Amino acid sequence: MSKEPVAVVGIGQTKHVAARRDVSIAGLVREAARSALADAELTWADIDAVVIGKAPDFFEGVMMPELYLADALGAVGKPMLRVHTAGSVGGSTALVASNLIAGRVHGTVLTLAFEKQSESNAMWGLSLPVPFQQPLLAGAGGFFAPHVRAYMRRTGAPDTVGSLVAYKDRRNALKNPYAHLHEHDITLEKVQASPMLWDPIRYSETCPSSDGACAMVLTDRAGAARSPRPPAWMHGGAMRTEPTMFAGKDFVSPQAGKDCAADVYRQAGIADPRREIDAVEMYVPFSWYEPMWLENLGFADEGEGWKLTESGVTELDGDLPVNMSGGVLSTNPIGASGMIRFAEAALQVRGQAGEHQVDGARRALGHAYGGGSQFFSMWLVGAAPPSS
Amino acid sequence: MPAPTPLRDIAVVAFAQTDHRRTTDEFSEVEMLMPVLHEVLDRTGLRTGDIGFTCSGSSDYLAGRAFSFTMALDGVGAWPPISESHVEMDGAWALYEAWTKLLTGEADTALVYAYGKSSPGSVRDVLTRQLDPYYVAPLWPDSVALAALQAQALIDAGDTDEPALAAVAGRSRASAADNSHAQLRGSVPSGDYLVRPLRTGDCPPIGDGAAAVILAAGERARELCERPAWIRGIDHRIEAHGLGVRDLTDSPSARLAAERAGAFERPVDTAELHAPFTSQEVVLRKALRIGDEVSVNPSGGALAANPVMATGLVRIGEAAARIHRGESRRALAHATSGPCLQQNLVAVLEGDPR
Repeated sequence: MSKEPVAVVGIGQTKHVAARRDVSIAGLVREAARSALADAELTWADIDAVVIGKAPDFFEGVMMPELYLADALGAVGKPMLRVHTAGSVGGSTALVASNLIAGRVHGTVLTLAFEKQSESNAMWGLSLPVPFQQPLLAGAGGFFAPHVRAYMRRTGAPDTVGSLVAYKDRRNALKNPYAHLHEHDITLEKVQASPMLWDPIRYSETCPSSDGACAMVLTDRAGAARSPRPPAWMHGGAMRTEPTMFAGKDFVSPQAGKDCAADVYRQAGIADPRREIDAVEMYVPFSWYEPMWLENLGFADEGEGWKLTESGVTELDGDLPVNMSGGVLSTNPIGASGMIRFAEAALQVRGQAGEHQVDGARRALGHAYGGGSQFFSMWLVGAAPPSS
Repeated sequence: MPAPTPLRDIAVVAFAQTDHRRTTDEFSEVEMLMPVLHEVLDRTGLRTGDIGFTCSGSSDYLAGRAFSFTMALDGVGAWPPISESHVEMDGAWALYEAWTKLLTGEADTALVYAYGKSSPGSVRDVLTRQLDPYYVAPLWPDSVALAALQAQALIDAGDTDEPALAAVAGRSRASAADNSHAQLRGSVPSGDYLVRPLRTGDCPPIGDGAAAVILAAGERARELCERPAWIRGIDHRIEAHGLGVRDLTDSPSARLAAERAGAFERPVDTAELHAPFTSQEVVLRKALRIGDEVSVNPSGGALAANPVMATGLVRIGEAAARIHRGESRRALAHATSGPCLQQNLVAVLEGDPR
C-alpha cells in the first residue's frame, strides 16, 4: 500500500480587491474555479469532487455557504466537503483535497477557498464578544501585537525590520496582477511614517481586507501525464494544532508550527530547509511575522530571523525569496489567503509566476496559520515528481 | 459503476455520546464535550497522544461566535500539538475526512467528534441563514416550513399520508425507550400542526449534545475492539440548492452515495437514517431501497434526539455500536445536511464474518 502522488495542474485566482460589488458570492468563486479549470484545460465534467474552505461564516453572513454554492461550483451529484480551520483554512482545504487523491478515493479534485469580506467588517467579526473573551482587543492586530513585542525584546531586532518586510511585500505585489494593493508610489519612508495602529504595528505593516477566491485542480499521476502545462508535485503536507492559550505556550514560536514544518521536511526529505528550498510563500498578516516564521520554520536559528530580512535575503532577487506574490500584506481574503500561499508556491515550481517568478525555483514551501497562532498547515511542492 | 474498494480496511472501534437534552445552560460546549471524549478514549484504552489524527464538525452559527471550534480543543487536550482538522459540517463528514486521512497511511487511528447546542437560539431561524443569501434567505423560510413543503409534496404524490407519518414518529420514539441518551422516549403525542401537514410529533426535538467516534485501520482496529465495525464503503453527494429545481419526493444524492458505498451489493439488516422529520424517512427509504425487513433507527433516530451538527455522526456511531454488540452484521448509516435533504452521506458497516 502506497500513497498516490498528488500533482497541481490548474491554478486560478480572482483579481483581489477591497469590494467585488459586481459579483455575488457564487460569481466570485466560480470565477476562480473557471480560471483553474482553464489552466488545466479541463471542464467541470472532469472533476470528481469539490473541497471548499473559508474562514468564519459570519464574514458573509451565510451559514455553511457551500450548500448554496454547490451549483456554482459544478458540484451537483458530486461529493462536496467544507473545511474550516480558522486562518490556516486555505492551506488545510488543499491538504484535505490532496488526501482524496493520495488515498485513491478520487482522481481529480477541485479545491477552492474564498472570502468576500466586503459583506461585513472583518476586524469586528474577529473581535469576540463577551463572555467569550475579555473586551480588550480590537481585531487580530490587537491579539498579535504583544507577541511581536515579545519577539523584538527576545531578539533585540531593530525597530525598522517590520517596515522592511512591508516595503518589500508591497513592491513585490506590483509584479503580481492579482494582488489587491498596488501602491506604485510606495517608499520605505511612507511605510515608516504611516499611523501606529497596534504598537509596534503600523498601518502599512498590516494586511488589507479583501474580496477574493483561489482555486486549484489537484490530480493523480495519470492526470498529471495529461496536463498541458508542467505540474507542481506535492512532496509533503501536514497540519498541526495546539490550544489557543495555556501556561507555557510560546506565542512567538509555537511548537505546533515547528512540528508541522518538521513533518513536511521529513516527508520531502529536506535536511536543510535554508539551502534546499528555493522560495517561500508564508502567511505574514503583520510585517514582523516574516522574521518570526523564518525562525519557526527552520530557515534561521532562533533570534536570527530578522537578520535574513534586514540583509535582503528574503527579497525577490535574494537568496531565499519570501512572499514573491506580495503575500498576505498585499492581499487578504482571509479564508483564501492560505490557499493563495499554497498556489503561489505551486506557480513558482511550475515556472508560471510571471513577473514575480524566482529563476529556477525547483522546490517551494506554502505556509498558513490561524487562530491564536495555533493552527498550522503547510505543503512543499516541487518541479519534479516525488522520488518515493 | 461498481463501488471502489478502499485502499485500507478501516473500522469504527468506539462510540460515545452525551445524554441529549433540551438545554444545557450550565455547560459550555467544551464542558459538554469533554466527558464524551474521555468515554470514547476509555473504551479503547487510548490516550490523546496515541491518536494519529483528530477531526471535528461544528457550526459557528449555532455557537453564535466565530472560531467556536477552537474552544473544543481544550477538551481534546491538544498538547503536545496534534494533527487536526475541522469541517463546518455535521460530524459524519468529519469522519469522512478522517477516513481519507487513514487511507493515505499517514495515521492508523483517528478521533472524530461533533457537538451542537441549539438551545441558546431559535434553531428554526438560525437554519434559514444557510439558504441562498440573495433570493431565499431574505424571506426567512424556516427549516420546519421547508420540511413541510417536502411532506406535502410526498402526500400529493401518494407516497405517504398523515397517519403513516404519525406511525414513523410512534415507532421511532418507542424504539428510543431503550436508548438512555435520547431526548424524546416512549409515547409522544402527535400534537398540533406546527406547519401543515407536519405536527409537532413529526418534528425533531430541539436540544444539545455531542458525540465522538474512534476509527482505526487494519490490525490496530482488531487490537482496540473485539468486533470492529468495518467501513466497507462511504460516500457523500450534494444536490442543487434551489428547491425549485429538485424533486423533493426523491433523493438522487442519497441513492448515488449508497451505490458508491456499495450499499446495494448485499442487503443490510439495520439502517440508521438521519431523518429529522418523519416525511424524510419516507424519502430515504425509497431512495436507499430499504424494505420492511430492515430495522430502521433502532436508536430512535433524529426524531428522538437531534443535536444539530452531531446527529449524523450519532447515526454512524449507533450503527457501529450495534455491530460492536453483535446485534447487526451489516448496517447502513446515513447523514444529511442542508434544506430538505440537499446533501447526503452513506456508510456501510460490517462486522467480521462469524
